[in-house]
Amino acid sequence: MTDTPATRAASATPPRVARKIRGLSDRAIAWIFVGPTIFLLLAINIFPLIWTIRLSFTNFKANRNRPLEWVGTRNYERILTDSDIWLNMQATAHFLFWTIFFQVLIGFTLAYLINKKFKGNDLWTTIIVLPMMLSPAVVGNFWKFLYQPQIGLFNYIVGFFTGKDPSSFEMLGSVELAPWSIVIVDTWMWTPFVMLICLAGLRSIPDYIYEAAEVDRASKLRQFFTITIPMVLPFLMLAVLFRGIENFKMFDLVVQLTGGGPGSTTELTSINLKREAFEKWRTGYASAYAIILFVTVFGLASIYVKALNKVKER
Amino acid sequence: MKTLKLASVSALSIAAASLANTAQAEDLTLCWAAWDPANALVELSKEFEAQSGHTMSFEFIPWPNFADRMLNELNSGGKLCDLLIGDSQWIGGGAENGHYVKLNDFFDAEGISMSDFADATVYAYSTWPKGTENYYALPAMGDANGWFYRKDWFEREDIRAAFLEATGRELGEPKTQKEMLEIAQFFQGREIDGQTVYGASIFTERGSEGITMGVTSALYPWGFKYENTPGSYDMDGAVNSPEAVEALEFYKEFYETATPPGYTNSYMGESLDAFKSGQVAMAMNWFAFFPGLYADPNTGGDKIDFFVNPPQNVAGSTLGGQGISVVAYSDKQDAALEYIKWFADPEVQAKWWDLGGYSAHNAVLNDPGFKDSAPFAGDFLEAMGSVQDFWQEPAYAELLLAMQKRLHDYIVADQGTAQEALDKLVEDWTEVFEDEGKL
Repeated sequence: MTDTPATRAASATPPRVARKIRGLSDRAIAWIFVGPTIFLLLAINIFPLIWTIRLSFTNFKANRNRPLEWVGTRNYERILTDSDIWLNMQATAHFLFWTIFFQVLIGFTLAYLINKKFKGNDLWTTIIVLPMMLSPAVVGNFWKFLYQPQIGLFNYIVGFFTGKDPSSFEMLGSVELAPWSIVIVDTWMWTPFVMLICLAGLRSIPDYIYEAAEVDRASKLRQFFTITIPMVLPFLMLAVLFRGIENFKMFDLVVQLTGGGPGSTTELTSINLKREAFEKWRTGYASAYAIILFVTVFGLASIYVKALNKVKER
Repeated sequence: MKTLKLASVSALSIAAASLANTAQAEDLTLCWAAWDPANALVELSKEFEAQSGHTMSFEFIPWPNFADRMLNELNSGGKLCDLLIGDSQWIGGGAENGHYVKLNDFFDAEGISMSDFADATVYAYSTWPKGTENYYALPAMGDANGWFYRKDWFEREDIRAAFLEATGRELGEPKTQKEMLEIAQFFQGREIDGQTVYGASIFTERGSEGITMGVTSALYPWGFKYENTPGSYDMDGAVNSPEAVEALEFYKEFYETATPPGYTNSYMGESLDAFKSGQVAMAMNWFAFFPGLYADPNTGGDKIDFFVNPPQNVAGSTLGGQGISVVAYSDKQDAALEYIKWFADPEVQAKWWDLGGYSAHNAVLNDPGFKDSAPFAGDFLEAMGSVQDFWQEPAYAELLLAMQKRLHDYIVADQGTAQEALDKLVEDWTEVFEDEGKL
């Protein structure tokens, strides 16, 4: 018998166990292997989800000693007709759209530039990716200082270029500026991530395609729109998916920066959900809220993944 | 030989006694907020350790996370804390949800009388339902929201002359809320010793309780009431009364015209920082911080003075402070009760005040020398005579967060009117009490 890892494992298996295994079908052995994973998945994903759905139809409060009461769809009705929650949704949509827009735009541009061979290329790549290596709590805290109207560097720089008094505007305290202030910080932190994905996409394009285009006398602009963009598009779409899902549940960075304020201007749905669930302890209501958000993200992500697959197939 | 026997018996007795002591000695954990008085309590508790043989551990949580962290601990039946100095508003939930041990039998057995403590503190920190003789805590730390100011600036002739010229009256401690605003506006943007200073730092924090504690310091002097009839949860017309609207508009004007730039999310820490860095002429904060402020080498001593929250229509201060409770999930309740008994002792209470804690014991407060024992002692007594607290209902967190949102939306985010903010607050609170089955 050839000496292979498989034969060595077979000979090391005790005869009683070996006999038992020999009696099992391939399907049974497959179940033995995937069983623990499925059990874990059920225990930590599916069961909590079903439990949350159940709680969403009750007035349960986890901090109270009182019997659970069924309230039907009241929680869902309240949430969907609550104008404050729609404002939170709008704030989330604003944050989501603009962060993705800027991150894709700047991330792709940086990747395009970094992809050109130049001296210090690696050093610049390392410097650019630094922000995404920091903890969101740290980033939130130091940007809070940067945005400080009296001593903040950001205000000083804006003041220097515009001639405005640095203490005359408040990035975190103004209703108009606060939503943009969180967009700026998230863009600063996560553009490198999009850049890396785009860079991977750009480097996956074989040189011979460009060489063929050169032979056909295609201009640089034409090459960019007919070769670069289509071939990087699946990577870009993947980056948008990752950032979209991440930013839909954005919490830590914004809490550190604005705490959801001023007023509720930057109170994203995840912040609002946390307040309902773990500060107000409206467990049933928060469960319904979480289900609505889950369905929204799941639905949008499913549509998006289908579109992504179509782009890949082209 | 006789001596040897005697020595042996003595040695055995000592060993037995120490063994017995070891068997009973517990390591108690006391949970509280991380602030100046907590450090004083650590110092004070050394005496308890020496007397009882128990050892004390402390879990101090920063204020912004204190409620979140401790309420989660209680709600999960956690055993981290044997003793908890919890906020006054938690008493309803602590009692109704079975988090706190009821102390009536213990007080009776140990001869601890609630009449030995200031009435306002017993009502606020110990009883549930309110005003009944059901005690779930011993008043541990009296506190209220007060004010402090730069006495050295107020005494400067050039500043006094400028103030007289601007307002037609002498610069001094304000007698009303409106006078206070006028003083703050006078200092706003003024150059003092080459530095631009501002009027006052007030509470505007969104996340926990800050803006509510600040705004109630204006609402109460305007005569704010939570209900038309106490205990009825009938809020329409009380919470959104014309006086309440005026007080809220006043606070917004204060925020917009007399606070430093960027004070959109400030609470205790920011208030202290603004004052200590010489940015503001006045600041609001809890009396608990006053000993530390007075001791500050740069802005304390003869540069600082204190005043009680000024009245407007009536006298009124926002209540702070806490009672000390035994956590029902603790396995060391007997030792924890021993601590309460020790802490209730008038001599210990006197030391508590000396170390910087605010005793609520009448033996301390009624002492003839109390008023002169610290520059803020008289103000503290005055404030405690007119304190008002937020809802102490089991659903207090929902009530508080609703108020935080409505106030911040109106004052900082400038959305809607004061009337709309208070009307919406009544709607929010009505919904909470309906869910609670109280309406």
